[in-house]
Order: sequence, then C-alpha cells, then structure tokens
Amino acid sequence: MKNSKQLIVAVKNVSIGYQSRKQKTVIASGINIELHQGTLVCLLGKNGIGKSTLLRSITNVQPVLSGDILIKDISILDYSPAAFSKTISLVLTERLPESNLTVYEIVALGRQPYTNWIGTVTKTDKDFIARALKETNTTHLSDQKISELSDGQLQKVMIARAIAQDTELIILDEPTAHLDIHHKIETFSLLKKLARDFGKTILISTHEIQIALQLADELWLMKEGVIIADSLENIIKNNELEQLFSSDLIAFDKKLKQFIIK
Amino acid sequence: MKTPSSYNTTFILLGCALFLALLLNISLGSVSIPLKDIFNTFLDADSVKTSWRFIILDYRVPKAITAIIVGSGLSVSGLLMQTLFRNPLAGPYVLGISSGASLGVALLVLGTSFFSGSILASIGFNWSIALASSLGAFSVLFAVMLAANKLKNTMSILIIGLMFGSLSSALISVLAYFSSADQLQQYMFWSFGSLGNLSWTEIMVLTGVSCLGFFMVLFIIKPLNSLLLGENYAKSMGVNIKKTRRITLIATSLLTGVITAFSGPIAFVGLAVPHLTKLLFDTSNHKLLLPAVAISGAIIMLICDSIAQLPSSEFTLPINAITSLFGAPIVIWLLIRKRTLS
Repeated sequence: MKNSKQLIVAVKNVSIGYQSRKQKTVIASGINIELHQGTLVCLLGKNGIGKSTLLRSITNVQPVLSGDILIKDISILDYSPAAFSKTISLVLTERLPESNLTVYEIVALGRQPYTNWIGTVTKTDKDFIARALKETNTTHLSDQKISELSDGQLQKVMIARAIAQDTELIILDEPTAHLDIHHKIETFSLLKKLARDFGKTILISTHEIQIALQLADELWLMKEGVIIADSLENIIKNNELEQLFSSDLIAFDKKLKQFIIK
Repeated sequence: MKTPSSYNTTFILLGCALFLALLLNISLGSVSIPLKDIFNTFLDADSVKTSWRFIILDYRVPKAITAIIVGSGLSVSGLLMQTLFRNPLAGPYVLGISSGASLGVALLVLGTSFFSGSILASIGFNWSIALASSLGAFSVLFAVMLAANKLKNTMSILIIGLMFGSLSSALISVLAYFSSADQLQQYMFWSFGSLGNLSWTEIMVLTGVSCLGFFMVLFIIKPLNSLLLGENYAKSMGVNIKKTRRITLIATSLLTGVITAFSGPIAFVGLAVPHLTKLLFDTSNHKLLLPAVAISGAIIMLICDSIAQLPSSEFTLPINAITSLFGAPIVIWLLIRKRTLS
C-alpha cells in the first residue's frame, strides 16, 4: 500500500549540523528517510536533540553538511525560491511581529507564490482562501485582527495560511506548543484530515507523544546521532520508544501505549 | 472584510485635504496676496501685479512642490524602514544617512580648507552643499550596504546605521570645535532645514531622483507585505529576502539622500507620518499604506511650512523646529488615545 504512494521527500545519506569557519558540529549523520504522499508523520525527540535542525535542513533554511535532500525527485538546492514556495509551506513557532493584519489578510498572504508582481488576489485565490478558512473553521474570524486572537485561534489561522499556499508538503514546528489539550487535539485532527482527505503530506515536530501515537501514520524518532523512521507498530514492537529519553525517570508501557513514571 | 475599495472615501478626503493644504501654503506668506489673484496667476496671468506673480511662481510654488516631495519622500522612507526592521521607532534616518549628509556638509562648511573655498566659489553655495551632503549620505550608505551583505540578521543593520550616526556626530563635534562662529552659524542654518530657495533646476533634480525612488518602491510592495509575518515566513512564501532588503535600502537612501541634500536633515516627519497614517487607515497592507503615507506626508509638510512662514510677517522659522514642535504633541495625543503602536 505504502509503496504505491508517491514519494515526496527523500533524505539520502544526509548529515545535519552546523558548519562554522573553525569547526563542524555534526548533530546527526547517515540519515536516510522518506516521506510519502498523504501521510502524517510526527518527529519526536527530546529537547535539543536537533529536531528543528532537521526541519531547517529539509526546508533549505540551513545547508546540510553532506548528502542530498530530494523533494519530488529534485534536489532542494535546484529549486527556485518561487517553485519551492509552491511545494512546501511552513507553520513556525516564532511569534508574529506586531501588525494590523486581519485573519483574512494573513491567509491571503499564503497566496503570494501565485499572485502577480503587486500581489493582486484573483477569483481563484479567493476560492483557495475561503476554502482554507472553512477547513480550519476560522471563517467567522476573517475580520479580526491577529492581536485579538487567542493562541489556539492564531495557530489555526497559521495552518489556514499554509493550506492556502496549496503545497503538497506542510511542515509544522511544534504547532501545539502553548495550546490546551482540547486545542491540541483539534489541531492534530485537522492535520490528520488534511493528510487523509486531501492527500497532503504533513511533517510535524512535536512533544505530544500520546497524540502522535494515536494519529500519526509514521513516527520519526530522533535519538543521539540517529533517526529511526517506522510505522507505529514496528516502533512499539522494537522498544524504540523506551530509549527515546534514555532516562531513569520514565518508561514506556506497551499495553497502555504511554509513558509512565518509574 | 476591508478591501482596498473600502478606503476609497478616505483617499478622496485625503486628496481634498492635499489640495486645500497646497492652496493654504501658496496663499500664505510674508506678503499677503488675495486668493483671487492667486488663482488668476495660473488662469489669467496679465491681470496680476508682476511682483505678486513673481512671488507666487518663482518662490511659493517651487517651495510648495519641494514641501510635497520632501514630505512624501521622507514619510515613505520611514514606513519602509519601520516594516523592514519591524521596529516602530525606525525612521528614514536610521541608516545613518542624515548623519552622513551632515558630515559631508560639515566638512564643506566647517573645514576651512582652500579646497572647499574653491568649490563653493566655482559651483555656487546651494549646489556645493547638495553635492557634499549627497556624497556624505551615499558613502555612509555604501558602508552600511557592505556590512548588510555580510549580515544575516536585519536587526544588526539597524545597529550599524546607528553606530555610523554616532561616528559622524563625533566627527562633526570635532570640526565644530575648531571652526569660527561664522562657519558654525552657516552650518547650523543648514541643519535647521529649509524648503525655500530652490531653483527650478534643483527642483527638477529633486523630483527626478525622488520619482526613481518611488518607482523602486512599487516593486517591493508584495514582499513588504509578507515581511509583516517575519523573515522566515516571508522566505517560505518565495520572497528573496536579500534582494528585497537591498531594494528597500537603495530606495530609502535615494529618497532621503536627495531630500537631505536639498532641504537639510528634516526631522520627525519620516518617523511620525507612518504612525499617523496607520491611525487613519487601520491596515498593514502596503498597497494602501504607501500611497496614503505619501499623501499624508505631503499634507503635513505643506501645513508645517505654512506655519513656519508666520503669515504676514517677514520671519521664517526653521522648518525642523515646526515639524517637531507641532507634530510631537499631536502624535503623543493620538497614541495615548489609541494606546497601541504598530
């Protein structure tokens, strides 16, 4: 089944890390992972293990130390900024700068890769914006200023913006970081729906292991220097989660499918 | 949803205000000329006294045109800097352009060398001041651009601009310490700013360069809008950050450079007008903001100049004092009423 799905991202023998003039800091090397169309993948790992570095490498914000990252069989280095923005959209953790932007205007900004030199929004663009607002259940917020939104609403709006950008791949960096449990699940369900019903490929870095275990199609576990990518069943079967935190404090209970305090 | 067309009325009102401010500016001055004769100067020139016609066509109209260009140019530059640096305190001079220009003029006026004396004599005072201040402005800009190419972080450019500003001020202090009272006075008068005394040729140069600056701004409206979400989001939407930054810096320095060259370092307008306009236009969309800011800047400069003229007296106050003296309290009052700044 999985093999019939189109390959969206192929990470081939990549090392990620930082290169400064004096030294090279390798965070992980020999990474070989794939991302297929219509799957929801959660990237798990403890703080500081390099999840953001991996995402930054895949999105070409940061150069890889060695190896190749292909998106739809083309190296990310060969994409023009315009073509890249039609393939990948992002939802970031950073706070937005203060502005008078309305929800509608933010979602409309997602259409920028498609609009003309001065950013005129056409009928097609308006349809995409309306649909993105509807799918994220934020249509009623259209006229609100972003400064008036709650964290949960703002996160949905940023996801709507990514949907409006109409890319096959959506990458989210800790999208539920400061949300309550209701909004966390709402956000994840929305992403699940996007992957299942609309064929979007979604990569999320997150600390929500419980939710990830219930909704993700595949997990990427990041440990010291290596990344394990596999289906949920295999990951649980192989006791991979047990070693995720390499900690004496918690253990993974296979039956309950959750971490418990030792 | 507020679309660009919901602001049509505001734009029409703003246009009318501009026309009224222009009329006010031309009709007020040290010599009082009846409104009828002002219209007649343009419609039926022969019926107007020659001296009045001369005052209007060769003094007041050029001054009004200068005010419009200076006001809109500085305000647009201010908006560009506020968006680029995402800092409400940024203005057209944060890149150190005015300090560079001041340094150029200080070197010319305060540096009593044989060299500057001969330049002043050969190409005339106005032109040599303009030349010196352009050279100063552009050399600072060049240094900032060199640094900007090496920097990833846009905020560092802001700090580098400020550093160049301090450097220039320090050099000017040293020059001032060693110069005579006459020279100091001449320099002080330049630094007060002045919209008058420009010949038509000078106005042509001012207009030409400013139009080039405005034209460049058209091409960055779209990337500026995506920069409202921060550089990372902008980049993910296909914006070439370095290119946008470069065009923004060049457009700003063309505008502020040429304006400072011909009318001195005019304070306040560039910082305040974008904020005033954002109170009137409750939007961050640059497609609306840029023209709105340009028109508001022109209106405010025309009004300030009318006040500076002290109608029916022969005094002219320094324009720099007027812009801050009347503008600052208004901005404080408006912001306290609205309580936000963005």
